[in-house]
Amino acid sequence: MTSGVGDPAEAVAISPAADPGFLQRHGGTIEYILIPGAALAAALGVFGIFVALFGKSPLDLYFYMYQGAFGTWFSWQNTLTRAAPLILTALCTALPAQLGMVIIGGEGALLIGALAATSAALLMQSAPPFVVQLAMACAGMAGGGLWIMLSGGLRQYRGVNETISSLLLVYIALAILNHLVEGAMRDPASLNKPSTREIGAANMIGSIPGTDVHWGLVFGVIAAVASYILIYHTVFGFAARVAGGNIRAARIVGLGVGKLILTICFLAGASAGLAGMVEVAAVQGRTNANLAAGYGFTGILVAFLARQNPLAIIPVAILLGGISASGGLLQRRLGLPDASVQVLQGIIFVAVLASDALYGRIGFLKGKA
Amino acid sequence: MADGTIGLWTVPLAVFGGAIRVSTPFLFVSLGECITERSGRINLGLEGTLVMGAMSAYGISYLTGSPWLGVLAAGLTGALLGALHAGICSLPRVNDIAVGIALMLFGTGLAFYLGKPLIEPTAPRLPAIDFGWWSDVAQVRAALRINVLFLIGVALAPILYWAFRATRWGLLIRTAGESSDAARAMGYSVLIIRLRATMVGGFLAGIGGSFLSLFYPGSWNEGLSSGQGITAVALVIFARWDPMLCLWASLAFGGAAALGPALQSVGVTSGYHLFNAAPYILTLAIMIITCSPKRTLTGAPAELSITR
Repeated sequence: MTSGVGDPAEAVAISPAADPGFLQRHGGTIEYILIPGAALAAALGVFGIFVALFGKSPLDLYFYMYQGAFGTWFSWQNTLTRAAPLILTALCTALPAQLGMVIIGGEGALLIGALAATSAALLMQSAPPFVVQLAMACAGMAGGGLWIMLSGGLRQYRGVNETISSLLLVYIALAILNHLVEGAMRDPASLNKPSTREIGAANMIGSIPGTDVHWGLVFGVIAAVASYILIYHTVFGFAARVAGGNIRAARIVGLGVGKLILTICFLAGASAGLAGMVEVAAVQGRTNANLAAGYGFTGILVAFLARQNPLAIIPVAILLGGISASGGLLQRRLGLPDASVQVLQGIIFVAVLASDALYGRIGFLKGKA
Repeated sequence: MADGTIGLWTVPLAVFGGAIRVSTPFLFVSLGECITERSGRINLGLEGTLVMGAMSAYGISYLTGSPWLGVLAAGLTGALLGALHAGICSLPRVNDIAVGIALMLFGTGLAFYLGKPLIEPTAPRLPAIDFGWWSDVAQVRAALRINVLFLIGVALAPILYWAFRATRWGLLIRTAGESSDAARAMGYSVLIIRLRATMVGGFLAGIGGSFLSLFYPGSWNEGLSSGQGITAVALVIFARWDPMLCLWASLAFGGAAALGPALQSVGVTSGYHLFNAAPYILTLAIMIITCSPKRTLTGAPAELSITR
């Protein structure tokens, strides 16, 4: 195999080009935008063919998807509302990925975070709203953080595969949630859909002024930017990336790998737990099975599509939020089942992973074109 | 006993019956995953394969009136998804764990999409063999109504065990799993071996899915599988990639999963959801006990990304 050049920058450096400077500096970035973009376009194409097989027009599909996601101010607000938890759950996969860990249990951390936040609010009914909200955020983050830290700890100290353990913990979290919501924490007034008592209108975190988008979006953006700074501009983040690149080298230079794993996993889980808190304090107002809406699983896709880069997660989450926001319109106008969004997400995920094979292989980025 | 009531004995009996009934999907998925993982690749997408298998089995059984054609369709669907997994994984620099997660989402999404019209109608189900004819007790008879698929699965475990040890194909799969260089030196394509192993694994997982929709619980709906596929993948790890241990582990799991409904049937309803989570808790507990950070697991294929 002659195309064994893994690093695009290296590929640029060894092949002569007319203007190597520009490509040398930006070839990698262009590639990181171009390839996932192409994968996304290919996935949309495949999905268009898929719905065409069922006798629907692909052009209508794309039109309604655009309309439902970004066509009007109303759909923009719907999109951004859905993007908020996605940013936070995507961080739950992207942060451990810096250490080379594949955590897919964001959904579980979200549920535990929601339960912890609701419990905090119900215990502090008489406190002023600001204090309650702060306590909810702390409880949600602590709950979710400890939940994913469990996966990290099992990996570090017992050698248990973190991908499988984090997914098993999703089902366990769901069982705990159902158990509490139908038992100890049940509001006797909730007959059809067992739920906890409401946290109270005063304690809801409300919307960003002038919009219907709740403050969770701001939390998400802050968390993503903070994660970016942590990973790329601090010694801690540098240590994490060293450990992710070569764990043996990290041990040799004396990095505390265990502490790195536990801290990163805690932060990852805390982020998904915050998503749970936001869903309770801005959308549902209480905890019930509605919270298991799949944000945790879509978050995995967001993280992979953003190539685990915390800053790239923001636009990708908005894009995926838009796709899920358009689901309602697709159902009403085209009569597509509600699972069509899930099918499209699956196709995008597959296309993005397959596109990993393209890095360092695009002719003109090597300077040959 | 003469009046046909057996009191609290219902619980162990229901757990026993459940071990047989509930374990079948675990058994098929874990045997399939065992083949795939022995070839050096992990397919986490079997959860999606299971659901797709359940949906296509139900659909074909409804359309043709033959549940066995449904089982075949489920197997072929699974093999197709396996081929997709293996095809993408054979591209350079593609991570098999991530592809598995993607196919898990894709498979379940596609099954829900295509299965929408199948929630209402009733499809012909798989027949069961009545091993409990000698008993008058209804619960005993219920526990001993055993599906043929279970028997096939039970027979398959020792066959696979033997095949891994004694056949050319078994040796090739193990070689690909232990050292891709050795397989290549022998003149075999590792990618082709893994493609076939993943397709066979998908075929078996699809059949496991057909059991869900055509026998127990025996209908198609979107809550049909709740993580059985992924639990079965974890099960292979603590069964140490040994088909016989997969069989015993599947039975233990079926029993654990039947505990919640069994207790509910005698009136113990508190903690129902916690008992339903028993298989996941059990998996996690066994993984904690059997794994170790110091050494790789005995019996682990050396090429497997999850153990490296």
